[in-house]
Amino acid sequence: MEAFSTKSIRWKNSGLKMNSASPVQGFRAPVRSRLNREKVIALSYSLKKHSILPGFELALGYTLLYLSLIVLIPLAAVFVSAGSSTLEQFWATITHPRVLASYRLSFGASFIAAMINVVFGLLVAWVLVRYRLPGKRFIDALVDLPFALPTAVAGIALTAVYAPNGWMGGWLGQLGIRVAYTRLGVIVALTFIGLPFVVRTVQPILQDLSKEAEEAAASLGAGRFQTFRKVILPELAPSLLTGFALAFARALGEYGSVVFISGNMPMRTEITPLLILTKLEQYDYAGAAAIAVVMLVTSFVLLFIINTLQKRTGRYQF
Amino acid sequence: MQNAAILSNPNTAGAVGESRGVRWVLTGVALAFLGLFLFVPLAAVFVEALKKGLWAYLRSFSDPDARAAIRLTLTTAGIAVPLNLIFGVAAAWAIAKFDFKGKSVLTTLIDLPFAVSPIISGLIFVLLFGLHGWAGAWLAEHNIKIIFAVPGIVLATVFVTFPFIARELIPLMQSQGTEEEQAALVLGASGWRTFTRITLPNIKWGLLYGLILCNARAMGEFGAVSVVSGHIRGQTNTIPLYVEILYNEYNFVAAFAMASLLTILALVTLAAKSVIEWKFADEPSKCSRTEREGRPI
Repeated sequence: MEAFSTKSIRWKNSGLKMNSASPVQGFRAPVRSRLNREKVIALSYSLKKHSILPGFELALGYTLLYLSLIVLIPLAAVFVSAGSSTLEQFWATITHPRVLASYRLSFGASFIAAMINVVFGLLVAWVLVRYRLPGKRFIDALVDLPFALPTAVAGIALTAVYAPNGWMGGWLGQLGIRVAYTRLGVIVALTFIGLPFVVRTVQPILQDLSKEAEEAAASLGAGRFQTFRKVILPELAPSLLTGFALAFARALGEYGSVVFISGNMPMRTEITPLLILTKLEQYDYAGAAAIAVVMLVTSFVLLFIINTLQKRTGRYQF
Repeated sequence: MQNAAILSNPNTAGAVGESRGVRWVLTGVALAFLGLFLFVPLAAVFVEALKKGLWAYLRSFSDPDARAAIRLTLTTAGIAVPLNLIFGVAAAWAIAKFDFKGKSVLTTLIDLPFAVSPIISGLIFVLLFGLHGWAGAWLAEHNIKIIFAVPGIVLATVFVTFPFIARELIPLMQSQGTEEEQAALVLGASGWRTFTRITLPNIKWGLLYGLILCNARAMGEFGAVSVVSGHIRGQTNTIPLYVEILYNEYNFVAAFAMASLLTILALVTLAAKSVIEWKFADEPSKCSRTEREGRPI
């Protein structure tokens, strides 16, 4: 009864199209008197589910308003500001040699760091899921540290460790390897911040993996490594790819943990986000916006790829 | 033949698994990797902070600029977190409890700030409110300062922490459905009473989880805030920005002392997060742990 009294009604599989194969998403319509009684009864069943709760207009209205004010309008500002320069200026800015060098570093280092995380993330997830380990809960919780630790803190801590006089830096220096203030330092920082992504995407899949297939493979004479390669790895591949994409996307935009360890030398260890900041400090708003557009478009493409991947792998949201 | 092969293969004798040696090596390499990338930097923060003794460490906090930074960080989080809390609950209520057109698009848009580089998250507000930005001239005329002032810092923080609570609540409230609320309404409870008595108790752990993560990011955000702050000592420095200034002045003890505050916050956040996850692992409807896997916090 309650459902009939409300003016507007929402439902998913519309009562009017109960037999149609494609669900009509969020179709809204007022109850009209011309609907015959049967249809109204059919409707009320499907409506009840959604219609008697109050506050839809208010909640959605506020959500859209707040989203527009905080996220959509400010983000649109980037595209509009970039549009204030001519196409030639825009192109000159985003293809300047120093900017191109920063893309190479940002993409290259992000790619290598994400690859390192695929290998070691899988290993960590494997050990955490399959083996008994003292203090496993502690280690498992610690995996999220790069998410929780502010990036500036990660930046100065990694620099302290890998600087020539630091714990690792001194030791590696004797082997002739310099980490801090080189591209290798950028890779180290990006590996740190990307570390949890692969572990956290692979872990639940590994947990749910039934051992029957492995047992079957083993009983058919496959070695352990062969079983891993032919049976387990294909199951994990989509989640590994998702974890890789997440780590890569995060690394591309990263700033705080990188700027301390990289040394920020033009053409050599300058990441793209830093160049945006440099342009901004010179009050070159259009130039900053132009580089930002390149980064935003890249991020959105990656987001789209990740969303598509996750639709396939299931429930994991970015 | 095959039986003999199986019997001779120790792996198939019992459960499937690796030999002891392989297990040891894999565990060792995994722990070494985690130790090198997680534990060593973590320890470095405290070692560097205490390098000149406890007294020097504690003295770092008596500096007025340090106190101003701590105050500003608390103020910023104190404004940004409640704003995103209200938004998160409203968005989750609309998305989880109702069906409407464009719902999946809206969910994607809410996650958008996570896909944006922190520097761009700051840049957008400079483009809008900076001296040469869209509203710059008008703001200057009316003597309103947003960029290089506290409002800009709050705005940038709200932007980067925008999705935290909403994305925690949406899957949780979706999994809980609407039956309980419907029952309350049918029995005559008002909408607000239904929300506070039925919905809120059901989502409180998910809400707390989102709050903790949102707060950690709000207090620790560096890149976005750095763009809009202007780094005015004692006025527009949050703790992370003050860490940077001290570090660039080679005042390492003070820099790492301030950093240790944020590190403790991070560790407390991880601990609280784990406690909520373990406590409610067997109550999936109360905390969206299963939905959480594979997502950055």
